[in-house]
Amino acid sequence: MREITYAQAICEAMSEEMRRDPKVFFMGEDVGAYGGAFGVSAGMLNEFGKERVRDTPISEAAIMGAAVGAAMTGMRPIIEIMFSDFISCCFDGLCNQAAKTRYMFGGQTTMPIVVRAPAGSGTGAAGQHSQSPEAWICNMPGLKVVVPSTPYDAKGLIKAAIRDNNAVVVLEQKLLYRTKGDVPEGDYIVPLGEAAIRREGKDVTIVTYGRMVARCLEAAEQAKEAGIDVEVIDLRTLVPLDKHAVIASAMKTGRVMIVHEACKTGGFGGELAAVITESEAFNYMDAPILRICGADVPIPYNPKLEASIVPTTPVILDGIKKVME
Amino acid sequence: MTPLQAYDLMVSIRLFEEAIERLFLEGHIAGTAHTCIGQEAVAVGVAAALQPHDAMTSTHRGHGHFIARGADPRRVMAELFGREAGYSRGRGGSQMMMDPALGFYGANGITGGSIPFAAGLALDAQLKKSGRVTACLFGDGASNQGVFHETLNLASLWKLPILFIVENNGYAMSTPTTRGLANPCIADRAHAYNMPGVTVDGNDFFAVREQVQKLVEAARSGAGPALIECLTYRISGHSRGDPRTYRSREEELSAQKQDPLLRMESHLTKHESLPIATLVAHQKQAQALIDEAIRFCETAPLPDPLDYLAEVLT
Ligand SMILES: Cc1ncc(C[n+]2csc(CCOP(=O)(O)OP(=O)(O)O)c2C)c(N)n1
Ligand SMILES: [Mg+2]
Repeated sequence: MREITYAQAICEAMSEEMRRDPKVFFMGEDVGAYGGAFGVSAGMLNEFGKERVRDTPISEAAIMGAAVGAAMTGMRPIIEIMFSDFISCCFDGLCNQAAKTRYMFGGQTTMPIVVRAPAGSGTGAAGQHSQSPEAWICNMPGLKVVVPSTPYDAKGLIKAAIRDNNAVVVLEQKLLYRTKGDVPEGDYIVPLGEAAIRREGKDVTIVTYGRMVARCLEAAEQAKEAGIDVEVIDLRTLVPLDKHAVIASAMKTGRVMIVHEACKTGGFGGELAAVITESEAFNYMDAPILRICGADVPIPYNPKLEASIVPTTPVILDGIKKVME
Repeated sequence: MTPLQAYDLMVSIRLFEEAIERLFLEGHIAGTAHTCIGQEAVAVGVAAALQPHDAMTSTHRGHGHFIARGADPRRVMAELFGREAGYSRGRGGSQMMMDPALGFYGANGITGGSIPFAAGLALDAQLKKSGRVTACLFGDGASNQGVFHETLNLASLWKLPILFIVENNGYAMSTPTTRGLANPCIADRAHAYNMPGVTVDGNDFFAVREQVQKLVEAARSGAGPALIECLTYRISGHSRGDPRTYRSREEELSAQKQDPLLRMESHLTKHESLPIATLVAHQKQAQALIDEAIRFCETAPLPDPLDYLAEVLT
């Protein structure tokens, strides 16, 4: 199969959907000739022209609002928020308008918007350009939340998101943009709400997503030397959550660890732990559920500090050993 | 501030920014940084018009504002090096530095992010009758954020002692003002909020200082806010590694003819009769200070990783 980068896979997903459906269009800050801050939409302006690949002023609230209105009346906007941190600048449009309009008005409209936004630390961009804000968004009924961890998933999930009739927030992993992987040419989708088992194992389940998947797989491989057989679940979609996959794996191994980059307090990991303990898996648990998450601090600038406050492979490996005790 | 002192500051800012661009390429500095090469006359002109107890807010492109306001270039540099001696103890980097003792309430990573709280600084001054005026600096791109409009209306309604100073440098990232602004004259927006709006040549230190001085004193005496648009040009790329494919080299060359440093030099030689040798000596002195700052940073201690929780909810 052909290898392309995560960024190219996203571009391909948008481009294929724009060719397929004239209602799909794309807008954001510097997404045209500049190709977006991370170069994701490079070349799209040339193919689709400035009607459908629209540069906007620095006006996140208006961008989101324009998407909501266009979506209500039948268009299928994709918007790029340059860094997921800036979602806060259009929170009303996302949370009070896009998320709720379908429900509050008795289902008279749909809301087919895709909000693409790069998330995560590791670039030395500090506290306002490095967050993992999924918990803000997962707590808002009416929004779907997707976090792709591979180029294959990035393409398939974004195509599914574009075809969805609800607002979907895609938290792209900025440190994965340049990573390569197998991606089929042409059409396929990865359905929203289906987790992937990245590694099968019988002793411990790690539930994770996004860029932490690779670190968990690495730690799982190292745990083999200690005779521990780790299963790694990549959620891919946080809302709707593939509860079945999580619960089934928890019942199989009886030991669960949750890993995410976002800070722990109020984070999505707490929700995952609750889903497991509220389910029939509770009776199968041989150890308390362990969460390994980012520290409860704004992301610091100094690269060593920055690296030290998100889960690293050795920390994940220690966690695996701890849940095995 | 004498013209030669203003020149010294402008030169230190220029050399500082050039050093930062070089240090990035050499891998000594992490993350990203936005340099203000070409915009030094705005930073220094505004700073020269303020009183020591006045306040200033800044943007992602804030090194120049901060140095003009009196920051120690060694500690600005140390922040970029991620050192404990930096203004934010290595936690903030290029876009996050402040020093309340200098009345400098920070750069900001959110475009337009400091505009609303600048009004809060002015509200504090009004409530305490402290006589302090706030100079709120931001870019042409930031003037398209909703908070710009909300804040101008509120500040005018309450007659807050604040100046909104927009550095119109022609671009917001890759977007030229002609494509980002429905009306490219930002000063016009003042009229919608019933405050004075003026445009000045932002490459002319004297013009900036004069205009700001006039409106600062008006604001101090209770006349309320004003909007000052400084026309300049971002000679630097937007940020580290910007290939500048969205504009032509010819355009850049013609803009460089208006380089505020060149204009200041020609003023100093023509109107102040300073010999070129004096200017060169001052440049050398400024360069020596920057070189010293770099040496200081190279050996300055890093933050202790175990101290990462410092300042959070304590
Ligand atoms: C809310 C928000 N949106 C977008 C950005 C990304 N961004 C950083 S600087 C910039 C351009 C700002 O343009 P302008 O205000 O004219 O300032 P200049 O860069 O020209 O100094 C953009 C889009 C951001 N930091 N914050
Ligand atoms: Mg600008």
